[in-house]
Amino acid sequence: MDTMRDRFAPVVSRLLDEDPRVAVVLAEIGVDGFAEAARRHPDRVVNVGIREQLLVGAAAGLALTGLRPVVHTFASFLVERPFEQVKLDLGHQDAGAVLVSAAASFDWPAGGYTHMAPGDVALLDTLDGWTVHVPGHPDEAETLLRHAVAAGDDKVYVRLSLQSNGRALPVDGQRFRTVREGRSGVVVAVGPMLDTVLAATEGLDVTVLYATTVRPFDGGALRRATQAAGTDVVLVEPYLAGTSTAAANDALSEVPHRVLGLGVGRRELRRYGQVEEHVAAHGLDARSLRERIGGFVGAAVPA
Amino acid sequence: MHMTNATDMTHTYADLPGLMGLMTGDEKHGPAATSTLDVLWVLYDRVLRVSPERMADPERDRFLLSKGHGPMAYYAVLAAKGFVPVEWLPGFGSYDSPLGHHPDRTLVPGAEIGSGSLGHGLPIAVGTALGLRAQGLDEPRVWALIGDAELDEGSNHEAIAFAGPAGLDRLHTVVVDNSSATYARPGGIAARFEAAGWSALTVDGRDHEALYAAFTAPHPGRPHVVVARVEPKSA
Repeated sequence: MDTMRDRFAPVVSRLLDEDPRVAVVLAEIGVDGFAEAARRHPDRVVNVGIREQLLVGAAAGLALTGLRPVVHTFASFLVERPFEQVKLDLGHQDAGAVLVSAAASFDWPAGGYTHMAPGDVALLDTLDGWTVHVPGHPDEAETLLRHAVAAGDDKVYVRLSLQSNGRALPVDGQRFRTVREGRSGVVVAVGPMLDTVLAATEGLDVTVLYATTVRPFDGGALRRATQAAGTDVVLVEPYLAGTSTAAANDALSEVPHRVLGLGVGRRELRRYGQVEEHVAAHGLDARSLRERIGGFVGAAVPA
Repeated sequence: MHMTNATDMTHTYADLPGLMGLMTGDEKHGPAATSTLDVLWVLYDRVLRVSPERMADPERDRFLLSKGHGPMAYYAVLAAKGFVPVEWLPGFGSYDSPLGHHPDRTLVPGAEIGSGSLGHGLPIAVGTALGLRAQGLDEPRVWALIGDAELDEGSNHEAIAFAGPAGLDRLHTVVVDNSSATYARPGGIAARFEAAGWSALTVDGRDHEALYAAFTAPHPGRPHVVVARVEPKSA
């Protein structure tokens, strides 16, 4: 199967053809995918070199002239390194952009911690007005990229990953989707965590919601789910554990509830290896999730 | 003084200290407060093709004040040119005033960017120049004003090193040099721009004719920097 990132350049290249407002800003990473688009639109495909402060600052300048910049590099160099540019050049200037990241929390484990960004969504949570899409399949990534670019002058973050579910589900760029219904708890699976969550909760009497747009957080969907399934809520996120715990608490502030936030641990592993090994090390494999979810919702976990 | 009527558009350079005095309560200002004053006046009076009526015009020039500290001179010039009502000036820095100690583009008519954190204006100016070019808007020029100490911020060097080789000839930078950088070398400012392929001129930042000549000097195919030297901040 191709990856979400394999879809990125072709989709955005088509959007460059279709919409004269669209511009792509790169910092060397991902340039090859836009070679043909750059020939067709030399002024709307910009590579600033290995300069991530300029990457975001220039995108803001493009936006201030009326364009719709799509900005891409690895998550650590897109959100973390130029964070003040994200905060000020986009937020404070009231300029919109679509930030599309690759490499996610640990897509390239052999690359080590310098290329891991489990904190990207949590960082964006300190800012106002960001939409955050976390697709779980290349088809969903394609849909959500189109949503993001079409979203006026909104500030939108699209988090692409090599981790993927086996099949795509319909996504609307807004709402959580009910994938399974139960009566003893609600599990929110974010993006590429869905397949593992479904495997982990097989036979458990829980509702599973699928979230591909996590900001704004679909609190209404969570509240509705708790009406039948009770207010024990587990969040399973492919980035820093607990990133959405506050959002879930806010959604349920009117009722007694419990929230367990599962995701990538804060502690630096200092390990290389394979994605699967990092999934397991953070307790995000199906067996670990089953134990933790089952224990939390009080279900007897069949062996 | 001719500043009691907000619609009075006859303000001159001689009115600027009085306008600044409405913000500071003092008509005498030290060099630090006025380091940008002559540069701003010459730009707004003779160089920039902007006006209050043109702020939504895609063909207007863009002036980006990157050095957002000490914006009294900027607000005074914007008031003198009719962007900002003179009546706003006495409220400078107060809760209900649009005029803060660092400008906010969403609050200040005529301000193309908000600034305060140093090193943001020039990268945004690069993007502005790219955006205008991409839309076939060939007339507008883009100006960023930065301070000599602001050049310490590495983000400027990302912008400088890109804009020269990229041939962004509509991009202009004014560096107001009041010797406030702790680590500096004689001629170092212009040299860094020149090394990146910019056209560079260094002039007396108080000499209006010299500033005008430097601002309007041809620089085909290259971005242009004017280093405007004024009295040292610490003098």
